[in-house]
Amino acid sequence: MAMAAAPAKVGRFRTWLVNSGPVLGIFIVIFLLWELCCRLFDVPDFILPSPLEIIDKMTTSWWLLLVNGLVTAQEIVLGFGMSVAIGIPLAVLVVYSRTFERVAFPFMVSLQTIPKVALAPILVMWLGYGILPKVMVAFLISFFPIVIAAVVGMRSAEKEMIYLVQSMGASELTTFLKIRLPRALPSIFGGLKIGMGQAVVGATVGEFIAAEHGLGYLQLISQVRLDTALLFAAVVVLSLLGVLLFNMVAWAERLALPWNRLRTEMIE
Amino acid sequence: MVAAESGVQIGLRSVSKRYMTASGDAVDALADIDLDIMAGEFVAIVGPSGCGKSTLMMLVSGLIPVTTGAITVGDAPVKGAVSKAGIVFQRDVLLDWRTVLGNVMLPVEIKKLDRETHLKKARDLLRSVGLAEFEEKYPAELSGGMRQRVAICRALVQDPGLLLMDEPFGALDALTREQMNLDLQRIWLRDRNTVMFITHSIEEAVLLADRVVVMTSRPGRIADILTVDLPRPRGAQTRSEKSFVDCVERIRRHFMALGILSET
Repeated sequence: MAMAAAPAKVGRFRTWLVNSGPVLGIFIVIFLLWELCCRLFDVPDFILPSPLEIIDKMTTSWWLLLVNGLVTAQEIVLGFGMSVAIGIPLAVLVVYSRTFERVAFPFMVSLQTIPKVALAPILVMWLGYGILPKVMVAFLISFFPIVIAAVVGMRSAEKEMIYLVQSMGASELTTFLKIRLPRALPSIFGGLKIGMGQAVVGATVGEFIAAEHGLGYLQLISQVRLDTALLFAAVVVLSLLGVLLFNMVAWAERLALPWNRLRTEMIE
Repeated sequence: MVAAESGVQIGLRSVSKRYMTASGDAVDALADIDLDIMAGEFVAIVGPSGCGKSTLMMLVSGLIPVTTGAITVGDAPVKGAVSKAGIVFQRDVLLDWRTVLGNVMLPVEIKKLDRETHLKKARDLLRSVGLAEFEEKYPAELSGGMRQRVAICRALVQDPGLLLMDEPFGALDALTREQMNLDLQRIWLRDRNTVMFITHSIEEAVLLADRVVVMTSRPGRIADILTVDLPRPRGAQTRSEKSFVDCVERIRRHFMALGILSET
């Protein structure tokens, strides 16, 4: 049994190595080069800390990073949650109401042309220094891709599909629940993934403008103190946070759409 | 072979359909269509592209309204979607997120029919088209022919009485198509639904139908109605019989006279 199990384990390790090996390899090479350069050319810490220094900073300042990371995470999740809670129903309205589409859609598109980041100072003026303005920036920046993806998705149902359920006497609500919404889900999840990434940007930028907590705030403070290692540590935590949140959406997608993964696998 | 006739009769009286295009022009898709289809009859409608044959099917289904004239299905005039109709399109339009069985059960769910009895019917239908082991598969795992079989099962599960098929095998390869023709005939001989079968294949129409309606180009009118008197079940050998060849020839001559087919 053990003999039989061993090759299977080796096989799995090999697949993992083939899939993740190159990326991992590149990371290790970059780290080594970075570390080497820092030592070889005696680069000052405040210009470019070495990877080991950053890791050291992360272990000594873990509490600071955690507390501020949680604040930023909260802002991202709230902003993103608002985008979903407002964006999806809005998309339904756009799809179902011609008037609404004519009035609100151009407005939303023109809103999209405003760099949301430029609204951040105004939001701070209005909403103060708490988490609310950051949540709003995260919301504004992640809102649009979510709405667009949902609208496109809900419109993607083939007209024969709609005819078919109408011939069965389906109501508008039934058509929506049984056809349009499930048909739209792959597209909606695509929008959610983009939106989540955008929300991370929004929250961080919001913290740059005015904040008393959060990773963006921590970066500003570190910058003033010339604590470049902490600056980098914040970037690392921020990107880890982004990856984690993105993967949570991806995980929810796999859970909700088992058939979709199947379809993409089939195409390969 | 005597089967219980579950089909409904259809009547079309001076039916015409005019569309408005996006640029505001009026297009006459159909003009002066008078046609009676008997209960349990298999009627094929052949015509060139754009002759309004799909429109004709949509009018009978009640999904789009007539411009003038009147249509009856069963005893009732058509106003809005006809619940007795099972529809099969050229695209199978299976729902990717439902299993094969879930797709077949869609009409049962929407019409809120009894689940237990229809579940059995759905399984029987799937077995009769050789898809018994595929019940729990998703459409993505099926070939084009299998998918269209599922679509046909979906149309039949509700005991429709009227089967409306719009070029159902048009997207399939020639071999699959021949097999599907035979499968459809077998199912029809068993249930005796009224079938309105739209196709642009003359041979397919003659092989399957009791009567073939030949249509002209836009606006679509009925050029001829042929009765096909070949014994059933028809099969591969039917295609070489004289009356089969005669029917095909007669329809082809219509299209040549209309300038739709030309030898030069």
